[in-house]
Amino acid sequence: MNWDWIAPAVAILGLAVITVISRAFFMIPERELPLPDWLKRGLKYAPLAALTAVIAPEILMAQGELITTWMDARLPAVLCATGYYFWRRGILGTIVVGMAVYLPLHIGLGW
Amino acid sequence: MSRAAHIRSTLRHPSFRMAMVDMAGTSVGIGAWGLVTGVVMVKSGLSVGMAVFMSLVVYAGSAQLAVIPLMAAGAPLWVVWLTASCVNLRFVIFSSMWRSYFAHLPLRQRLALGYFSGDVIYVSFMQRFPEPRPQPEQVPYFWGAATTNWLAWQVPSMVGILLANVVPLSWGLGFAGVLALLGVLLSLLFDRATWLATGVAATAAIAAFALPLKLNILVAIAAAVAVGLLIEALEKHRQHPDVVLVPPKAALPPEEKRRVAAGDEVPLREEEHP
Repeated sequence: MNWDWIAPAVAILGLAVITVISRAFFMIPERELPLPDWLKRGLKYAPLAALTAVIAPEILMAQGELITTWMDARLPAVLCATGYYFWRRGILGTIVVGMAVYLPLHIGLGW
Repeated sequence: MSRAAHIRSTLRHPSFRMAMVDMAGTSVGIGAWGLVTGVVMVKSGLSVGMAVFMSLVVYAGSAQLAVIPLMAAGAPLWVVWLTASCVNLRFVIFSSMWRSYFAHLPLRQRLALGYFSGDVIYVSFMQRFPEPRPQPEQVPYFWGAATTNWLAWQVPSMVGILLANVVPLSWGLGFAGVLALLGVLLSLLFDRATWLATGVAATAAIAAFALPLKLNILVAIAAAVAVGLLIEALEKHRQHPDVVLVPPKAALPPEEKRRVAAGDEVPLREEEHP
């Protein structure tokens, strides 16, 4: 009988518990945990920062280093996508415009 | 109300559909992300069954992507779990906001909400309901957004898992996920403080990239919060409050009381002459 699957299954169950608890953390206690006012105001910037922190390395880094050349397909793609967003304010269009610039440069020119 | 009737009434609520429409744009990016995650899971050595299990049970893209190389390399359990905890810490911060809307619901529902919440649904929800007060249409709205998001992620993820050897990762399809997050990010920018906070967060995230366990995300959050608060304080300092004449016997309405407390207004009560 092969028991190899137990270790990853346990790891995954643990991950599930960790994820639900993180996401529901402040909702779990019955009474509100007091947060200072400045912290509540400051935390408005947290989602902004989290999103930026996730995508900035994906756009401006390669192999763990800041990119050194302008000939990277991601840069014009992000610029065009940003421009489109402030023109039309649609997320789907932003994705389409960005990919329309990115794919030819990345697959075609190897940028 | 019975469970089935309850579910039906949630599905029929107009906010449910409104949420589905709101989430439609980002669903493409989320789908691309899910697809790539599915492919990466199988390519790193997880069996198809285990990958499906992980996708359904964990449902956390960034945590999964961060942890898969560790699992493939046979890292100890506590490292895997610690990594996921750190990557997920931003959700702990988000949950303090979720509490303002859903604290009145029973614990089981609050945990269920937890399973379904993520970056994109958080931002969309906050934009739709900026006031941190519970309102009846918020629950159906949340479930509409959660259902859309869940399907938009899980279906492509399953496709990625099953077709891992056929999907060409070298095409950079995951970039669509980055563009989706970019769109969500841009929707949050509206004043100098937010733009500067973003610039600081990007710089911090890149500078601290070498930190293990994706701690650069936390560094970026801390830096951005500090900069945001600093700019707010500076702008408040430069502002001149309005002087408002208040009749002798009148009470200030709550809206004005709030402005006074925030320093935007100075009330000057008129003298009463006998």
